[in-house]
Amino acid sequence: MEDLYRENLLDHYENPRHHGTLEHADFSHEESNPLCGDRIRVDVKLSEDGSQIVDIAFSGDGCIISQASASMLMEEVDGKPISDVQKLERQDILDLVGAPLTTARVKCALLGLKVLKAGLYQYLVDHQD
Amino acid sequence: MEDMIKSLDVARIRQDFPALNERVNGRPLVFLDSAASSQKPVQMLAALEQAYRTSYANVHRGVYYNSERTTDLYDQARGKIARFIGAPAPENVVFVRNATEALNLVAYSYGRHFLRAGDEILLTELEHHANFVPWLVLARERGVRLKFIPLTPQGTLDLSKLDELLTPRVKLVTFAHVSNVLGTITDPKPIIDRAHAIGAKVIVDGCQAAPHMPVDVGALDCDFYALSGHKMLGPTGIGVLYGKAEVLDAMPPFMTGGDMISNVSFDSVSWNDAPVKFEAGTPAFVEAIGLGAAVDYLAALGMDAVRAHEREVVAYALDRLSEVPGATVIGPTDPDIRGGAVAFTIKDIHPHDLGTLLDREGVAIRAGHHCAQPLHTRLGLTATARASFYIYTELREVDALIEAIYKAKQVLRK
Ligand SMILES: Cc1ncc(COP(=O)(O)O)c(C=O)c1O
Repeated sequence: MEDLYRENLLDHYENPRHHGTLEHADFSHEESNPLCGDRIRVDVKLSEDGSQIVDIAFSGDGCIISQASASMLMEEVDGKPISDVQKLERQDILDLVGAPLTTARVKCALLGLKVLKAGLYQYLVDHQD
Repeated sequence: MEDMIKSLDVARIRQDFPALNERVNGRPLVFLDSAASSQKPVQMLAALEQAYRTSYANVHRGVYYNSERTTDLYDQARGKIARFIGAPAPENVVFVRNATEALNLVAYSYGRHFLRAGDEILLTELEHHANFVPWLVLARERGVRLKFIPLTPQGTLDLSKLDELLTPRVKLVTFAHVSNVLGTITDPKPIIDRAHAIGAKVIVDGCQAAPHMPVDVGALDCDFYALSGHKMLGPTGIGVLYGKAEVLDAMPPFMTGGDMISNVSFDSVSWNDAPVKFEAGTPAFVEAIGLGAAVDYLAALGMDAVRAHEREVVAYALDRLSEVPGATVIGPTDPDIRGGAVAFTIKDIHPHDLGTLLDREGVAIRAGHHCAQPLHTRLGLTATARASFYIYTELREVDALIEAIYKAKQVLRK
């Protein structure tokens, strides 16, 4: 708990990476956490064959944990194959955050991943051959 | 500081609350979330243990000693609570699980029996979801219309348009005696009288009032009053719906089953009288006995003294928060019309981050929308931080809160 709000996390909050929206996104998705009002939208641009993330951005507002972990997630998945994103799990995000979270705050940290995965899932359903 | 509080012997009271001596994250616990649920005195815990340990048996069932004794204790608890809230008789007290169930009972039993399409229910903009969602569901199901008493910029109910709102179609009026977010104390009597003048029934959500100030439902003349035992030193799983006798008598049961019937044959059934008519199945009678012990404790302190103490703590908290740069208190600034909860925001710090950082200092507050999302939307906020106080709160705990807020600001560079 001691170093939860440490330099790295605060830096991601104050200087979020990949922050904003994409004009020609292949998919966009937004969700909020009604309990605390955290809101995150993710825009994703995929490669021609749809197998890889070539650009990604997030926007939204909420607590430090939700926004900073979304920023960290953006860095993590940018340029990666979507199969990597599908494999990401709760623990991967908690590792990125790098400090223990209480149960209530885990939800905040996971919001970005939840939005990204839900958007990707919907995209894949819509683009089934 | 402490000697400013003459109304209650807080140091003495704290000895009855073992949980207050705990340490959190290596720091002494500063518990400022009693509006969500209060801590419990040893006297109440002893009553629970005694009821389970000695002559325990189900109520209303046996003709043997244990069952009769437990039934007596259960009935005595009903009487204690009736006296505590000024109900004319124990039969006005229906035991339920919590205020949420009390309000749902009224919505399902009274609402679905007596309201018709085109009727209206008058609520307020500051209600807890427990006193909002049951009415929303009823409105959708029955074509009933909801109307809302608006708020003034100070966070009190704006009663200037009450006469316009109270049209003959209004069949029910319901509002919180004390708001769990704004802290606003509403004087129920004028609203009740004006609602009765047009023939409407009135429900008062007393969840944040009954634990903190004298309540006299008889004098108020409300038709229903709802409260939760766990917020007033009692155990979880027990709450109260007060109802006027003639109103309870006219209502059909909410749930059906054992205990609440008087006669059952293979093709017919008749109901028991209130309050048992509304207590289907084995009730939480041990918890009711516990709540009886809790109100004994409060009554011995005196509810005027309880109110005076909390007014003092709230006044001090409002004062101290006003010194903190970036702090904004939500709701009235006059402690005379505030209950024991103070919601606030700190500029550029999300309440959840604040809550986590305060927790590191052992300070427990609530962060979120406190089950009043429409109110937060109305205020243009998604979440607030809330510190709430009770009979065991010391002024030094308000100091600890303020210090922890300064520390959080430092960590987050705000
Ligand atoms: C004003 C108000 N009404 C209703 C409730 C619901 O109480 P319970 O959750 O015990 O049913 C609360 C509790 O938070 C409250 O503060």
